[in-house]
Amino acid sequence: MPTVAELERAMKPTWCPGCGNFGMYRALKETIEELGLSAEEFAMVWGIGCHGNGADFYNVQGFHGLHGRALPVATGIAITRPDLKVIVEMGDGDGYGIGGNHFIHSVRRNIDMTAIFHNNQIYGLTTGQASPTSDQFMKTPSTPGGVVEEPVNPVGVSVAQGATFVARGFAGDIPHLKELYKRAILHEGFSVLDIYQPCVTWNKFNTFSWFRDRVYKIEDLPDYDPTDRTKAFDLSMSTFHELTCAPDECKIPIGVFFEEPDSFTYQDGLPQLDRPMWKHAEKPRNISATMAKYGG
Amino acid sequence: MPTQKTIAATGNTVVAEAMRQCAPDVMAAYPITPQTTIVEEFAAFVAKGRVHTEYITVESEHSAMSACVGASAAGARVMTATSSQGLALMWEELHIAAGMRLPIVMANANRALSAPINIHCDHGDIMGARDTGWIALFAETAQEAYDNTIMSVRIAENESVLLPVMSCLDGFITTHSIDRVQVMDDESVAGFVGEYTPANALLDLENPVTHGSFAGLGGPYFEFKKAQREAIERSRKVINDVGAEFSELSGRPFGMIETWGMEDAEVAIVVIGSTAGNVRHVARGLRDAGAKVGVVKVRCFRPFPFAEIAEALAGLKAVAVLDRAESFGAEGGPLFLEVRSALYDNAERVPVIDYIYGLGGSDVKLELIESVYKDLSDIAAGVEAPAGLVYLGSR
Repeated sequence: MPTVAELERAMKPTWCPGCGNFGMYRALKETIEELGLSAEEFAMVWGIGCHGNGADFYNVQGFHGLHGRALPVATGIAITRPDLKVIVEMGDGDGYGIGGNHFIHSVRRNIDMTAIFHNNQIYGLTTGQASPTSDQFMKTPSTPGGVVEEPVNPVGVSVAQGATFVARGFAGDIPHLKELYKRAILHEGFSVLDIYQPCVTWNKFNTFSWFRDRVYKIEDLPDYDPTDRTKAFDLSMSTFHELTCAPDECKIPIGVFFEEPDSFTYQDGLPQLDRPMWKHAEKPRNISATMAKYGG
Repeated sequence: MPTQKTIAATGNTVVAEAMRQCAPDVMAAYPITPQTTIVEEFAAFVAKGRVHTEYITVESEHSAMSACVGASAAGARVMTATSSQGLALMWEELHIAAGMRLPIVMANANRALSAPINIHCDHGDIMGARDTGWIALFAETAQEAYDNTIMSVRIAENESVLLPVMSCLDGFITTHSIDRVQVMDDESVAGFVGEYTPANALLDLENPVTHGSFAGLGGPYFEFKKAQREAIERSRKVINDVGAEFSELSGRPFGMIETWGMEDAEVAIVVIGSTAGNVRHVARGLRDAGAKVGVVKVRCFRPFPFAEIAEALAGLKAVAVLDRAESFGAEGGPLFLEVRSALYDNAERVPVIDYIYGLGGSDVKLELIESVYKDLSDIAAGVEAPAGLVYLGSR
């Protein structure tokens, strides 16, 4: 059962001072410690982006994949080792852009794993170009005339595609984030965690204070039922925001939008996934009777 | 004659400037280190109205090249830029651009491929794409990156060629170092590249065409490939002609290979990309001390200038090839394989030694190049050549 200190490697994080990744780093380490996961019980996978540098900072069983390809790699790990809890970290460009197709298909496949999206609404690692979640009309070095397209709505897409656990967090609220992490990791099925993680260096619009003025907790909504998919979709659609909108005009809900506790997972659909692949070898099938029919 | 201005700029800046001057109709791109600033600077030109290009920021390099293929098939002059994993992700579209004979021009910031992750210079990305059917030019300096970009447009769009061209510059070394560059005036570049008149554009309602339809089951697939081979063979003359015309205009030399000290050289290094400058620097020092050493720089890798190489290296006592890319399981790196094959028909056998160097940005020190010349002079003096390739400067 690694402690927070044991989950850290000697190499200190090189993220910019004040980066939202620090909040997520701390929240996940504390979650792992508090859940009492042993080092052999889980694996982490990263894509490419500032978040991906976490591969150098977490002392865990890990795999640092290519830009956009964290989810397929994690899928391979999860079906080979269904006994492991697989935690996948991605960025918004990584997971919603270049790897967007994998995101949709991972949702519909409902493999038991936890997908954490570090959503800073910018390409941080390549120094500040527009990402798939950048607000419309945002000016960046790659879009000096402003972003033309609507941003991806990861919560809405997930809910509409049948995701069985969908939550949104904010890197500036670590205790709340930890609760989301715990529920997502314990959820049986594919968990989507869209985390607003302000990039203090390249995104001068969606800052910590910008979010603090706007976020509220879904659990504080009266009568919100997180098992009602239609309501979850409505809530996800009401939260599109634009750069210019005032804090009282656009509130951003954080918390669990939707949860289906007893969903049919990919593992449920394939009985051979009841144990790790290497354990199949422990129970060789006796085919002598069958062979005898053919004179073998 | 053109008005030329001498500026201090990075390779990426002058590639973006050349692209603006060539005025593509469409650019579709995705950021990747160390290419990103090419596209950023081009985006700024678009935003300021300094070039009238439909510029789209897509969601991946696969989408970038796909959009370029669509735009080029529709009749546009199309450009983009990428690097490393981005080029790898474009893989299937690279073949389609060449197979459909679409004259797309792309800058590639040469960078190592994963795994393990690395963002620094080597030629693994472009050498992996060497058989996709693209013409490939290499720059030693920011100046050559600028010049190659402009020439690429004329080569690609030539009616006897109609092939995509990749203009390669070394990641960080050339893309990000500030260099002295002569930049031409806009009118001269526009006049040089001319207007693009697509041969078989979609959306020509008088003569509708389909691109990319099925050519199997006894169809003409084989003949399409033969036509591609004939086109890239024809491009040799076009590349030399365009290069000569550009030299006339710019006052700067161009050759598919460029030689230094080869008039009376006894040994030579064959090199591609930014390291050519280091090699020349070392060779100059050795020449000053009386050694008969030469340098052969390959500026066009596809089509490979085998006749020029065979002539330049004929009669030498020993040759070293510097390969900044691997071809695992082959007898040597990609450049070595080409060079040695080019020498096969020469009457006299020249020992050729392959040095793999600088992978993933591994430092290329002048002492390493000196050691290569030392090896060559030893071999020329009768010392036995090393068996197999040499990993130059690896720990």
